[in-house]
Amino acid sequence: MSILQFLEGPMFYVAFAIFALGAVWRVAGIVRLGRKADLAPPKGSAVAGWFKGNLRHFVPRGIFAERAWMHLVAGYGFHLGLFVLFFFGAPHVAFIERFTGLSWTTLPRWGFIIAAEFAFAGLIVLWVRRISDPVMRQISDRDDHAGSWLTFLVMLSGIMAMEQAHDSLRAIHMGLVNIWLIYFPFSRLMHAFTFALARGATGASYGRKGMIP
Amino acid sequence: MSDTALTTLLDQVDADIAAYLESCVHCGLCAEACHFHLATGDPKYTPTYKLTPLVRAYKRHKAPLRAIKGMLGLLPPEVTEDELREWEDLVYDSCTMCGRCTLVCPMGIDIAGTIRKMREAWAATDILPDGLKEARRHVEETGSPMGVTAKALLAQIAHQEKEAGVTIPVDVEGAEYMALLSSMEIMGYPEVMVAYARIFSRAGISWTISTEAYEATNIGVQIGSGPLARKLVQKIVDAAEKLGVKHVISPECGHAYGALRWAGPNLIGRPYSFEVVHIIELLDRLRSQRRLPPGKADGRRITLHDPCQIVRRGGLLREPRRLLSDSCADFVEMKGAGITNLCCGGGGGVSANPRARTLQTAAFGEKMKQLDEIGGVEAVVVPCANCRGVFEDSLFEYDSDIEVIGLSELVAETMARDAADGKGG
Repeated sequence: MSILQFLEGPMFYVAFAIFALGAVWRVAGIVRLGRKADLAPPKGSAVAGWFKGNLRHFVPRGIFAERAWMHLVAGYGFHLGLFVLFFFGAPHVAFIERFTGLSWTTLPRWGFIIAAEFAFAGLIVLWVRRISDPVMRQISDRDDHAGSWLTFLVMLSGIMAMEQAHDSLRAIHMGLVNIWLIYFPFSRLMHAFTFALARGATGASYGRKGMIP
Repeated sequence: MSDTALTTLLDQVDADIAAYLESCVHCGLCAEACHFHLATGDPKYTPTYKLTPLVRAYKRHKAPLRAIKGMLGLLPPEVTEDELREWEDLVYDSCTMCGRCTLVCPMGIDIAGTIRKMREAWAATDILPDGLKEARRHVEETGSPMGVTAKALLAQIAHQEKEAGVTIPVDVEGAEYMALLSSMEIMGYPEVMVAYARIFSRAGISWTISTEAYEATNIGVQIGSGPLARKLVQKIVDAAEKLGVKHVISPECGHAYGALRWAGPNLIGRPYSFEVVHIIELLDRLRSQRRLPPGKADGRRITLHDPCQIVRRGGLLREPRRLLSDSCADFVEMKGAGITNLCCGGGGGVSANPRARTLQTAAFGEKMKQLDEIGGVEAVVVPCANCRGVFEDSLFEYDSDIEVIGLSELVAETMARDAADGKGG
């Protein structure tokens, strides 16, 4: 078995299992803490508030966008770029098809490049801001930097392996992907799942009051 | 950290709080919404940073996967009592629990609500600002944070009745509404009682003030003491049930509304046998029922300050505006009015904490900018007695001559005195 076969085979299975089980464990660990029933008579629906809260926080309020525009542009650039890269990049779809048999339309090469540029630009701006902005420096910790760098390296190695011309480049990418998957459930990268719980909790609380913040 | 502090801190973490602590990505956007950070530029006032002790305690003792992290030596160190003392000014002096940071947070984290819960650990270990300790002592002795006794209340009522020629009913069994007041109103703005008397007389409402539970201010909620908050809510519930009222009126006081309307039933562990209605809600209701027809509007250029706990965190956004559209001939909104309006800087117990006065006044500078941006404002309606006090003190500091008025008083002054005086009543 070659290194690439190991990284795309047994190692990937192990990494993905740690990712999936860890993520489920962590979300379940939050949910199982439970909450007491709210005895105050509601003015509106908590359930509707949960969904509205989740949607409302995708769109920044104008008054804050004036001050935080750079963060918003970089944040959306990175996340949308990464989403498009991951779900519509031809090598990724082919990889997913290998395991699941499922496939869908992929991006042309130029689309892949544009999505990657958005993702890289966003991630770099966010990280530079993290080390240069006094507020972000005050609140950032090792996990923030590790998550940013690991994601950056996964993306960078992915671009280098794009032509699929060299097994070594592909192996580097898969190795980093496996590390990223193992790191994910123990890190702040988990916000990809927990954001819905946080937004939902606030949305439900405000929904009961007839407000959506 | 003492066992009491740690246990109290961890007891606050339910699924919602855990979701908040797990979701923060340290983007720092919350700083852009916080008036203390905006006013000072100091990164230590970043709202999410104020949660650090709770985050550390949670990660060490309650977070999922902590056992594996512990084996790898990745758990944060234990929070010490010295750190609780260090954090005291971030938890009490520089957070009004206004909740503006939640609006900008991409994760929707309720930092204000989490700070409220965090304060339980500080209160349980008595690590509190002296001003709040003093207010708590007054409450324990008299039920009022300013030490207003029932005797003082009755003297003020008698004085107002004589001055204004109105009747203010006291301890009337079977009245429909029981009105609560804040100490600040009783001592600083007693004309609000006259306004109530005139409004309820015009609307044909039977009401009363209880000498057993007249105080709406809940210092327990402000300092973060659940047991004290419960005791103060129970006192109101007992008095309301004794008088057999159908509704209890929460006054123009921000946190009192949240404490009684939203937290109260959960504090005492059962729903009330009466309805809690905010005075703004009630006035709006009476106006829509045509029982409080508008008369001649105030002609001055007037704006509205949205008290955080009534509007952003209380849900009463449209009601004050409907009332003001009838009561003011030249009503103007501040930039960001409504749900994103800036706090006065003195909520959440900050105004009762003399140590925080300089910071509070600096934070009011952000509010001052909002007022200045409108231009030519002659009066600001501030429907919260605590905010009103902060406005009066701070406007003086900023050499502004903008008049500060209460909403009930404005409605009482501008309502039609009789049918012929009304415009549509």
